[in-house]
Amino acid sequence: MGKFIIRRFLSLIPTMFVIITFSFFLIRFAPGGPFSGEKNLPEQVIQNMMKKYHMDEPLFTQYIRYFGDVLRWDFGPSFKYKESSVNELIEQCFPVSIMLGSAALVLSVVFGILVGIISALKQNRWQDYLSMSLAVVGISVPLFVIGPVLQLIFAMKLHWLPLTWTSRNTSVTFALLPVITLAFPYFAYIARLSRASILEVLRADYVRTARAKGLSENVVIAKHVLKGALLPVVSYLGPAFAGIITGSLVVESTFAIPGIGRIFVQSALNRDYTLIMAEVIIFSLILVLVNFLVDILYGFLDPRIAYK
Amino acid sequence: MTEEVILRVKGLQTYFHTDEGIVKAVDGVSFDLRRGETLGIVGESGSGKSVTNLSIINMIPSPPGRIAGGEVEFMGTDLLKIPVKDLRAIRGNKISMIFQDPMTSLNPYLRISTQMVETIVLHQDLDKKAAKDKAIDMLKLAGIPAPEKRIDQYPHQFSGGMRQRVMIAMALSCNPEILIADEPTSALDVTIQAQILDIIRGLTAQTGTSVILITHSLGVVAGMCDTICVMYAGRIVERGPTGELFEAPKHPYTQGLIKSVPRLDKASGERLFSIRGQPPNVIDLPDCCPFYPRCDKAMDLCKRKYPASKDLGNGHAVSCWLYTEAK
Repeated sequence: MGKFIIRRFLSLIPTMFVIITFSFFLIRFAPGGPFSGEKNLPEQVIQNMMKKYHMDEPLFTQYIRYFGDVLRWDFGPSFKYKESSVNELIEQCFPVSIMLGSAALVLSVVFGILVGIISALKQNRWQDYLSMSLAVVGISVPLFVIGPVLQLIFAMKLHWLPLTWTSRNTSVTFALLPVITLAFPYFAYIARLSRASILEVLRADYVRTARAKGLSENVVIAKHVLKGALLPVVSYLGPAFAGIITGSLVVESTFAIPGIGRIFVQSALNRDYTLIMAEVIIFSLILVLVNFLVDILYGFLDPRIAYK
Repeated sequence: MTEEVILRVKGLQTYFHTDEGIVKAVDGVSFDLRRGETLGIVGESGSGKSVTNLSIINMIPSPPGRIAGGEVEFMGTDLLKIPVKDLRAIRGNKISMIFQDPMTSLNPYLRISTQMVETIVLHQDLDKKAAKDKAIDMLKLAGIPAPEKRIDQYPHQFSGGMRQRVMIAMALSCNPEILIADEPTSALDVTIQAQILDIIRGLTAQTGTSVILITHSLGVVAGMCDTICVMYAGRIVERGPTGELFEAPKHPYTQGLIKSVPRLDKASGERLFSIRGQPPNVIDLPDCCPFYPRCDKAMDLCKRKYPASKDLGNGHAVSCWLYTEAK
């Protein structure tokens, strides 16, 4: 087990190397550049700017230089936000996204599993139909509809919760609507996933054995059904976590949250090379780390997976 | 075997409501099980053997299944009428089951110790430590080597035959009155089959446990059972002591089954006998003898009415118009 963890962890290094290299060249080969948006700059000015950002050097030299910087966790200056470095930008925005994302993930997992259990146990009864209708809404209605609708009801009509995030308002209530909005599609997916998986396990032979042993239905569900049924949910956590902290552009715009989703999209539009790279690196790092954790967790949950 | 009847099934009817119609999986099954008796139930796939036995402890998946009628009298109480809570105290304790496929019948995510101890603690007045000791004893009796080590392993670390031994140990851990073995050897290698049957026979003989053995193999029942019920399309068509049934089968279906067993003492190259046709579809079956389309001795009467059971004496009974007088 310990050996497996170390080996699995070391395999993250080549993965990250490939991701950094591939995205570095992919971005450079895309048409346009960080300065192509500026109009009518004198040739000399462009030359000076290229020199300042080392873009006059051969591409491979730039790559080596960049790689060295990344190893020191220095993502360089931003091409667009002249006042701050990429590191500073990320330090500002990332905690907000992480916080919202984690809260949303916890919310969606807890309620998703709960609703999944209820609808599986009450299959084809009103509880099931109600939950699955809610799940279909969550999966099919886009966030830019759910967010404003929640704002309309809870902020503008009922005045229970603040409409948007402001720097003055630091109470928890501001986060409630964006977190619910962000969690909704993930909640819906997890609810459907756990329902389907529980229904399958309920028909398993070993569940029949458990019932034939005289165990009460609650023990059968809690002890014999859930462990196997929730494995698919665990493996979904990796991509869900990565998605939930990056995919918040719409939510951030709706609720005026200064998160990382917004600068992610802007950096791509601006060809802000260093900022794009930094975000790609950080997101892939999170994704591979979370998948690494899920793999280890899987080993504890499913004894049939042998770590050798 | 004593004369005391421990389980009396009377007119059991288990129906499944499907979109195509009502499937009468079990339709009027009656039999007695005496203390210490080993009763074999044989029949083709779909003849209602397993459903009969799941009905005894009321474990028919419902919906779509429903026990439409009949009585299951176990030591004086009708199991079909008592609340689920009382039934659970009987399941796994007084009546326990082992199933066909040992590869899927144990929970792959739990240790053998967890699965065995939870049953013992549930039904007996033992703490976990004592329950585990008891479980180890049972595994040893079931022929698992080094049980004190093996008990903390997971099912995937056992072979199919070993898992079936674990199932037997678990099923017998509460000294049940009745062990229902649903095709316990069908998924195993032939060499393992005999060992598993020996264990079942040995352990139940020691404790006087009655056994209901469900199988489609006549060889298995011949070696194991005191009495045999032959099921066809949800009904028991013939029932009798093992020796008599094999020597003088009365029902044409039983005769066909016995004739179709491959025999070593017959000349090789001879064609194996088989009953022509297919088992009937039991959806909305009319009140006829379900075997008549495949029967060489079928009469006009067979198509119109199902024959009542005719007692031939010595516990031998048959449902066939060849023996029953039409009223």
